[in-house]
Parts: sequence; C-alpha cells; structure tokens
Amino acid sequence: MLLQLHEPGETPAPHEDERGPAVGIDLGTTNSVVAVPVDGLPRVLRDDKGSGLVPSVVAYDEDGTVLVGTEARKLLLDRPEAVVSSVKRLMGRGGGDVKALAGTLPFDLDTEAEGGMVRLKVGGRTLTPVEISADILRELKARTEAQLDAKVEQAVITVPAYFDDAARTATKDAARLAGLEVLRLVNEPTAAALAYGLDNETEGVYAVYDLGGGTFDISILRMEKGVFQVRATGGDAALGGDDFDHAIAEHFLAERRASLGEETITPAEAKQALMTARLAKECLSNSMGGEWMIEVDGKRSRHFLDRDTLDRLIAPFVDRTVAICQAVLEDADVEPGLVQGVVLVGGSTRVPLVRTKVAALFGREPLSDIDPDEVVAVGAALQAEALTRGSDTLLLDVTPLSLGIETMGGIVEKVIPRNTPIPVAMAQEFTTYQDGQAAMLIHVVQGEREMVDQCRSLARFVLSGIPPMTAGAARIRVTFAVDADGLLTVSAQETTTGVEQQVAVKPSYGLSEDEMARMLRDSMEHAKEDMEVRLLTEARVEARRSILALQSALGVDSDLLSAEERQVIDEAVSGAERAMAGDDRAAIQDAMERLEAATKPFAERRMDRGIRSALAGVNVERLEGSLGDD
Amino acid sequence: MNMVSETNPVAAGAALHPCWSCKGPVANRALFCSVCGAVQGPGAVDHFTRLGIAETFEVDLRELERQYFGFQRRLHPDRFASRTPRERALSQQQAVALNEAYETLRDPLKRAAYLLRRRGRTVDIDGAATVNDPALLMEAMEMREALADAESPADVSKIAAKADAEVLACQCAISGALGADDLDRAANLTTRLKYLYKLADEARARKAKMTRPML
Repeated sequence: MLLQLHEPGETPAPHEDERGPAVGIDLGTTNSVVAVPVDGLPRVLRDDKGSGLVPSVVAYDEDGTVLVGTEARKLLLDRPEAVVSSVKRLMGRGGGDVKALAGTLPFDLDTEAEGGMVRLKVGGRTLTPVEISADILRELKARTEAQLDAKVEQAVITVPAYFDDAARTATKDAARLAGLEVLRLVNEPTAAALAYGLDNETEGVYAVYDLGGGTFDISILRMEKGVFQVRATGGDAALGGDDFDHAIAEHFLAERRASLGEETITPAEAKQALMTARLAKECLSNSMGGEWMIEVDGKRSRHFLDRDTLDRLIAPFVDRTVAICQAVLEDADVEPGLVQGVVLVGGSTRVPLVRTKVAALFGREPLSDIDPDEVVAVGAALQAEALTRGSDTLLLDVTPLSLGIETMGGIVEKVIPRNTPIPVAMAQEFTTYQDGQAAMLIHVVQGEREMVDQCRSLARFVLSGIPPMTAGAARIRVTFAVDADGLLTVSAQETTTGVEQQVAVKPSYGLSEDEMARMLRDSMEHAKEDMEVRLLTEARVEARRSILALQSALGVDSDLLSAEERQVIDEAVSGAERAMAGDDRAAIQDAMERLEAATKPFAERRMDRGIRSALAGVNVERLEGSLGDD
Repeated sequence: MNMVSETNPVAAGAALHPCWSCKGPVANRALFCSVCGAVQGPGAVDHFTRLGIAETFEVDLRELERQYFGFQRRLHPDRFASRTPRERALSQQQAVALNEAYETLRDPLKRAAYLLRRRGRTVDIDGAATVNDPALLMEAMEMREALADAESPADVSKIAAKADAEVLACQCAISGALGADDLDRAANLTTRLKYLYKLADEARARKAKMTRPML
C-alpha cells in the first residue's frame, strides 16, 4: 500500500508583520556582504561608493569606540595592536589549535587563558573571536537597518561547508550577541548554488568551487526541479587566498633582505610586505607583470613580479585544492567529466592559475557570471526569503565531517559518517569495561582519522548513575543528532535499566552558557527587554496558531456542539484575542489555558466520532485485506 | 507524541491519535492533520512505506529519489522555519526519518541487510565480523594480492572493473535469493557484497594514489 500525502489545511503561516525583513549575510574571512530580498530579488547592500564588500576588520579604540570595515582597515598599519582582521580563522578554535599556527597569524593571542576558547589581546582588551565577530555582525545589522529604515532581527548566515561543529556554534553565538536570530546556518557553496539556480532552470550535477581568503570548500550537488541535493562536500578550513599573500610576501622579503643586505625583518616590514603582496596578486589577475616598492623606515626595495613567478609561488596551494576536489568527486561517485557546470565562488577564484587548474580538472570553463564575492550573500538572501515567505526550492545538505566517539585505546568509533544528509539522528551502543563501573566518560570527536588525537575534540561529558553490573553488561546508547544548521547534540542512555542521564555537554572550544549569558548582559543593555519582546511575539504566534486550528476544527465538526457550548468557546476565543492584542504575556497564556479547558469536551467528542468512523473503515479494509500496519 | 493508543485500546485499533494542535482525530500515519493542517510526528512505519515505494530489493533509484524529494519538499525543517517550536521539532523528526529511510534504501548493501532484518535475519554490514565462507576468503585474498602486485593504473583499472562486475552479479543473485525467500543464501550473498564493495573501494583508492600527484 502506498502512503498518501494528506493535503494540509489552508492554515496561513503566522503573520510576520511584527518583524522586519530577514537578510542574508556572508560573514567572510576578508570581507562580509549583506543581501536583502526585495520583491523576491536579492539586492546586495552597497556603500556610497558602490561597494558591497565590508572588510571583516575591527578596530578597538582606547575610549571604547569600535570601528568596523574600511575605517578599521585604514588603521591596520598605524595602530596594528588595536586592529583585528581574519578573525574567522579563529572561530571555534582552542589554544592548542592556535599554537600550531603561531607566527603565521596576525594576532596577539592571550596565552594565559585556561583551556576553552582562544582569546585575543587587542586595544587593551581581551576578546574572544565570538565577540569580535559579533561586532562585525552588529555593524552590518546597523548599516542594513539604516539603509532599509526598518529593524532587522532575522538572518541567514553562511559558513564554510567544512566548518566543524565548534566553528558553527561560535558563529551562531556571535549572531546572538549581535541581536540577530539565525534562521539557518547555510553552507557557502550551497548558498552559491542557490544563487545560480535562480536564473537558469538547471538540472544535473554541479560543482561549486569556493576559495575565499581563509577557507576552501568544494561541494558536488545534484539539482533537480528546484531541489538542491548536496552529494558530497569537502575542503580545508585553513586554506585560502591569505596563503597566496604570505607566499608572495615571503618572496618579496627574501629579495628585500638580499638587496638591503639585512639579516632581520621588522614586524612593520612584514606587514607592509603582506599588503604589497596582496596588491601585486590582485594586479596580476589582469596583467602579466609589474613592479612594486616596499618602503619602511626610509629604506626602499624594488620588486618585480611576473605571472610565471606568481604561479610558481602559489601552485602548491592551488594543487591542494585540486587534490581535495578529486577526493570529493570520488566520495560523490562522480567522474569529473560528468559535472555539467562548475561555479566559482570567493575572491581568490579571480586568480588566473586557479581558473586554469579548475577548468583542466573538470574539462570545462567555469561559470562566474555572478560576482564571486557577492554570490554567497545573494544565495543567503534567497534562503532567508524562502524560510520566511515560502519557496519552491529546497536545500538538502550533508555533514562535512564524520562524527564519532572515543573508545578503548583512543580509537574513534564513527557514529555519523561524513556526507550523511541532515537533519540526522543516529545511535550507537557502548558498554562498560569494568565490573560495577558507575560512570562513563563520553568524548565526542569530529574528523576522518582513526585515532582520537588526530581528530577534533568537540565535547566531553560524563554519563553517571549507571547501575552496578558486570563488565560488558551495561548497554549505553549514545544518540547523535545533527540539525538542519549542521549543529550537533548528544544524549546518552543506559538501556537495560532505562536510566537516562541528563548530560551536560561541555564544549571543548566553545563558550559555556554562563559565559554566553555574561556576554549577552555586557553587550546588550536591553537584553532582558529584548528577550521579553521575543517571548511575547512567540506567545502571540502560538496563540494565533491554536485559534486557527480550533477554527478549522469548528469548520468540520461544529455540529457536535450545542448553541450554549458554542457560545462558551466563542467567548473564550474572544478573550484570547483580547489578550493577544495586549502586551501581557502571562495574560495571553492564561487566556489560552481557559480556551483549552473550554474546548476539551469538543475535542473528546471529535475523537470519539473519528474512532467510530475509522473503525467502520478498518472493518471494510480488513475484509479486503489491504491494510498492513506496522 | 501523546499517543492515545497507550490509554485507549479502541483508538489504537482505529490507528488514530488526537492531533496535538486541534485535538481532533488524526491517522497515526498521516503527515498532516486533515482538519487543521498541522504537521504530525513521523509514524512507526517501515522505510519502504515511509517513502511510498514497494518493498522489494529492486529499487528504481529515480523513483526513490522522486519520492524522497517529494516528501522532503513538504516536511523539511526549512518549510517550518517561521512556525512554532513544536512544529519545527516535528518537521525535524520527519526529515530525520525520511533521511534514514532514503540512506538505507538507496544503498544496495544496506537495503539487502534491511530487507533481511525485516524477515528476522541479522547481517553485520558495519563491523568487521569474521567470515567463515572459505571460498569468499580465498577470493578476497587473491584479489588483494593482485591489487598489491598491480604496477600500472591500467592493471588496477582491470581489477576495479572486475570487482564492479562482481558487485553487479552479486546484486542480481541477492535479488533472486530474496525473491525465492531463500534467506540463508541471501544473507551469505549480502556478506559477500560487503566484501566486494570493500575490494572495489580499495582498487579505486589505489588507482587514485597512482594517478594523483603526491601532496
């Protein structure tokens, strides 16, 4: 027997009149972009010079002023100690991760901080990457509100597909601090595909190659009649155009040492070389060679760079992206020649060598009709529109990295393999290894390697209260659930006795709820009022939904009620509607409880009628032998 | 879910429960309440029923995909992003159930193991269970040796093609065994399929290693 889809009633979605538009935000390593759906078409917000890019750079002044964007970037050379850039590279990172990168990042890290999330020393303050990202988002929100002359409270924020759970959580926390409700975290390549799917009725297999300032993603998608199904995704969360800049800068600094006959390089020279390198890279996207000058402390050096030398310097990084593409194509079980289109995303795909190598791999010229810097924000805005106003398209995404837990000997037991469609929930059973073992440490990791120390530690928690049993008798069922944002929750239960343990997951590199609460207090003077407004809105939406459901029921079954009974219900509805018009959340809840009580006999009679007619139906079907329920 | 079936045997017989939203009767399998339109939690049905396809080993993958996309279009959490928390949670449960069904049925190995489990046979396709079929062990060993001895990508391609052909033949045999209700044979063939997949994967990995530049 085939399962039939019931047409849902014509219940309209709750009114969204209380909220402003939902926006799409590409929170990038180098630049951030905001796009807003206007009459179904996404529009990128631009400054008075026409640029849609806001540099993801924040400057912290001694007097408490926070500058974001171009103004902050101007201070990068003069007051480097007060300016932070590329903070996205630190999202969800712990102290240990960052030590490995020490020296390659332009950050002054607080090495005193105990465990947990990494902290930066900047402009006399100590800040987490979450707080710095929140400052960028707050500025983007303010600019958008000023341009649209409307409050902006909801957003779709994009993240690299390859971002792990800690980095995703950090991004969501940053939005919360900035006063933005995240409707959905969408993977950047998926958002870009959505932007391209808009114009052309695309069908078939597509690849999205996304090389940004600090991250690389490759996703293989199936597109069919408005469904965007990600087949496989992969990447490197620390590979991007920044690496090109560093390679060129080192080349320049080697030349400078030679020409000036100096042994050491000052930090100021290094910073200047990096800026010159970026400029040279951008120029060589359109020309075959050029000459640049680095002048620090009155000492000049001249540097000639042609396209061949540039290609030689950056080839190792581009080759790495090509190798990752090949591995992901294999995961998706797709031959490169079967890919019908390759979409380029990210400013670094302007580099000619990148285009050449991508074209060679897939055997076709890549698509780049939408500005690669803006395409992700455009897709995010489309998704924001789809989530708030409805849409015919649907994104079906996957987990980028396998999730597992540590077992004996530090070996990882995978619970959810990479490229599993989300949302997903999977359970695995484990057992005790000692007689009478009463507690068990559960260590959650993410990654593809066999050993725990080669994977990323996401969380550790203790399942306690296991009843005393012989070793191996207990059955501990650990359930992993990944939601549509790609965020993980873990729960554990001892199944032979049914002891369920409320588990407190302590994020290895995240912010604890206490820290989050403190930051919310610090950052929002009106945090409490904002929260109350949100709860009030939610109570109204829920009340409206209940009344609509009741009206649908009255539409079908009102003959079950006497005139007096009907009047009692109508009065309770009026009471609820009066409460909804006011601002008293408790009053709305009281009125809804009265309404529920008033409609209870009605609901019971409806159930009785339904059971009677269904039983009649069941009997008929049994005679025909067609009903096989499981 | 607040199922009436726990307290009301009559309702259980009728396969009904009260809709969480309008409190009226709704079929246990219904995705939406036919009166108020509220999304319901996933019913306890098998993967084939959930995706609305016939319960056989031969699955038309295009058909499977069409059904899966069709259900996701209606039930995915993105369709409920601006609804109440309860509706969001139920749609997520529905999408989880759909994904599990889709992932199980689209992979021939998982599909075979699932069909066998439905008929009371357990075949371990995840763990490294020991194989006691000497013929299969010998075959696997020979193929591995051939793979280790292969010197050129062309040699490896030949082995990979052989493995792929064996996979296809094995799938046909599973289909026949399940059709004839020969569960012993079907279970043995499913174990064989697991090893053939592993060999095909190893051949592909080896070929990739040979043709790809070292990093």
